[in-house]
Amino acid sequence: MRQALEGSQAIARAVSLCKPQVVSAYPITPQTHIVENLSRLVADGELECELVSVESEFSAASVALGAVAAGSRAYTASSSQGILLMAEVLFNIAGLRMPLVLTCANRAVSAPLSIWNDQQDSMAVRDAGWIQLYCADNQEAVDTTIQAFRIAEQCELPVMVCVDGFTLTHTLEVLEMPEPEQVDAFLPPFRFARRLDPDKPLSVGTLVSPEYFTETRHDHHQALRDATDIIVQAQQEWLTISGRDSGGLLRQSGPADARTAILTLGSIAGTLEEAMEAHGTGAPARLIVLRAFRPFPDQALRDACQGLERLIVLERALSPGAGGIVGSEVRAALSALDRPPRVFNFAVGLGGRDVPLEIYPRLLDAVDAGRGSDFDILDLDPSKLPAEDA
Amino acid sequence: MSQDKDIPLAELRRAQPRFSGFEAGHRACLGCGEALAARLVTESAGPDVVYANATGCLEVFTTAWPESAWRVPWMHSLFANAAAIGAGMEAALKAQGRSTRVIAMGGDGGTFDIGFQALSGMLERGHNVLYVCYDNEAYMNTGIQRSSSTPHAAVTTTSPAGRERMGKRHLKKDIVSIVAAHHIPYAATASVAYPADLRKKVRRALAIDGPTFLHVHTPCPLGWGHDSALTIEIARLAVQTGLFPVIELERGGVAGVMPIREQRPVSDYLRLQNRFRHLFADDVRAREELEHLQALADHNIERYGLRPGHEADPLDTEGADTVKRGGVR
Repeated sequence: MRQALEGSQAIARAVSLCKPQVVSAYPITPQTHIVENLSRLVADGELECELVSVESEFSAASVALGAVAAGSRAYTASSSQGILLMAEVLFNIAGLRMPLVLTCANRAVSAPLSIWNDQQDSMAVRDAGWIQLYCADNQEAVDTTIQAFRIAEQCELPVMVCVDGFTLTHTLEVLEMPEPEQVDAFLPPFRFARRLDPDKPLSVGTLVSPEYFTETRHDHHQALRDATDIIVQAQQEWLTISGRDSGGLLRQSGPADARTAILTLGSIAGTLEEAMEAHGTGAPARLIVLRAFRPFPDQALRDACQGLERLIVLERALSPGAGGIVGSEVRAALSALDRPPRVFNFAVGLGGRDVPLEIYPRLLDAVDAGRGSDFDILDLDPSKLPAEDA
Repeated sequence: MSQDKDIPLAELRRAQPRFSGFEAGHRACLGCGEALAARLVTESAGPDVVYANATGCLEVFTTAWPESAWRVPWMHSLFANAAAIGAGMEAALKAQGRSTRVIAMGGDGGTFDIGFQALSGMLERGHNVLYVCYDNEAYMNTGIQRSSSTPHAAVTTTSPAGRERMGKRHLKKDIVSIVAAHHIPYAATASVAYPADLRKKVRRALAIDGPTFLHVHTPCPLGWGHDSALTIEIARLAVQTGLFPVIELERGGVAGVMPIREQRPVSDYLRLQNRFRHLFADDVRAREELEHLQALADHNIERYGLRPGHEADPLDTEGADTVKRGGVR
C-alpha cells in the first residue's frame, strides 16, 4: 500500500510484518521513534511480541541475544553511543552466530556531543562480524529490514540495517508498504537449530583454547564471505514478490560510459541521484551505491569499476589519523585490478552537516582542483578553525 | 565416562537415580565451593531449565571446547550480562508459550560489580528468572582481585596488607538488601555448608512467578588461602559467627532466618584463612580490625534476630552506622 510515512514509522511497520517475538531497546535519539512505533503497535494489538524496555543498550543487545538463543525471532535498534555501549555484546552475538536484526539509526559519536547524523557509529563496529547493509532511502529501509531477517536466519549471522538518522528516520516519504502476505511468502517462521532446549541440551559460548580459536574465526569470516550470495538472492526474491529493487550488494546509476564515478553509501546516494538527474544523460560522473559494507563486496566493486579513470569515494565517517574508512577498503579492493581507477576520498556531512544538491558539482570541482587524492573533508570551513590550524 | 560413549544422552539421563545437570570431570580446584553449590542448584532445579552463565570460574572450569560439564541447556555470553541474557531467554520462552524455567548465574564480580546494572534491570522488569550468585568474595578467575563483595580487611592481590593498609578498606556490599529493595517476591541467602537449606531455597524460588534471587556463600580454597578439605567447615563458620547471615526476604521483608544456636567468635572463622592472617599479628591495627569484624557479625545477628528465640525488627538498621568502618585511621 502506498503511504506517506516517517522513516521510523515505516521501519517499525516493516519490523512488525516480520513478526518478531521479542523486541528489546533503550531510548536514544534518533532511534527512539522506531521503538515508540513498535510499542504503539503492541499496545494496539497489531503486533504480538514481548517488548522489553531495558535499562541500557548493553542489556538491549543482551536480551535480544538471549531471546534468539532460546529460539525466538528478536529485534533491537540503536544509535551512536548506544551502539558503542553495546559493542561488546555485538561482537559476542556475531561470534555466537546468532541471527538477529538491529536497525542502526546512524548518528555521530561523542565527543563533542552531536545528536545528528553521520556514520561513525556503525563504522566503529564494522569488525564485529555483523552483516552491515546501508539504506539510501526509506523504501530501501523497509525492504532491507524484511530481507535482513531472512538473510540473518539463513546465514546464522546478525544483520545491522543502517539508516541515516534524521535524514531518513525523521523524514516523511511516500513509499510502498508491503502486504503481510508478501512478507509471509518471503520470510518463513524462525526455526533455530541451535535453540537452547532441555530435550537436546547444548553448551553455547564455551571457552575456546588457542587450539581451536583460529578455526572458529575462519568459519565466521567464511560465513560472512558466503553471505554475499545470500544477500543477492534475498534481494532478487524480494524483487520478484514486491517489484522493488533494493540494490543487492551495490547498485549503479547514471551514464554507463562516464569515466568518473562517485561511490557512496546511505542517504547521500539519493541527494547525488537527484543532482545527477539535472544533468540528464550528460552527467559527468556515474554513481555507485554501496549497500553491503560487510561482507565487503570486493568482486562486485571491481566489476563495477572496470574501465573507470577516477573513482570518488564519499563517506560520512573517518578514522582520525588515517582518513577515510570506506575509501581505504575501496582502494585495497581495487588494487587487484590491472588498471585500477585513481581513487579520491572525501568525508562529508559529519555530525549532521547538511549535504545539499550542490555537493555533486562541488565534489567534481574539488577533484579537478587536486583535492581528495589522499583524503580530505569536503565541506570543511577553514574560517571556523582556530587561527593556528587554518 | 568413556564407556558410556555410545549410549544416547537422553537414555543416560533417564537411567540416573537423581537428575544432575552438572557432570563430574570439570576442572574446578580441589574443594571448590562454587562447583559444589552449582551441582546442588542444578540437581534441585531439575531438567526443565535453561541457564545463562556470566563469565567467571564456573564458566571456565565447566566448559573448555569441545568438552562441557553441563547436561542442561546452557549459555555463556559475557561477564556483565547474565541477568539480561536470562531476561531475553525468559521473554522468548514466554512468547513461545513454554514453561521451561530460566536460571541466570554469576560470581560476586559478575553480580555485585560488573553485572549489577543488568541484574537491577531484570529484577525491576519482573522477569520470571532465578538469579543465583555464587559468592566467593573476590575475582578468583582473574587472580584473586578485590570485588565489592570482598569482606572488610580481607587481603586480595589488589587489596594487599602492608605498612599502610590492612587489606580491603571498604565494607562488603549488602547485595541481598539491595536486591530485595526491588520489591521482588523472594530473595534469600544460603551457604554451601547447608545443602538441604540451599536445595529447599532453589525449589522455593522456582515455584514463585517472578524474579527471585539466591545468594550462595561459596569458599574458595585458592583465594581464601585455606586447606581444601575445610571448605564446608569454613562456610559453616561464616554462618555461625554471624558474618554471613542466612535469611529469606519476601517483598523486601524478612520472612525467615537460620538461627545461630551458639555464636562463634569471628576469629574462629578468620584464623583458618590466609586472607585474614595479617589480623593475627601483634599489631594494634590488627586488633582493631578484628574488633570491627566482630562488630559487623554482632550487628548482623542483631539486625536479623539470629539468636534462637530472639525477635528483632530486621528493617531496623539502627546500629549499622555505629559499626566502626574503615581500616586505617
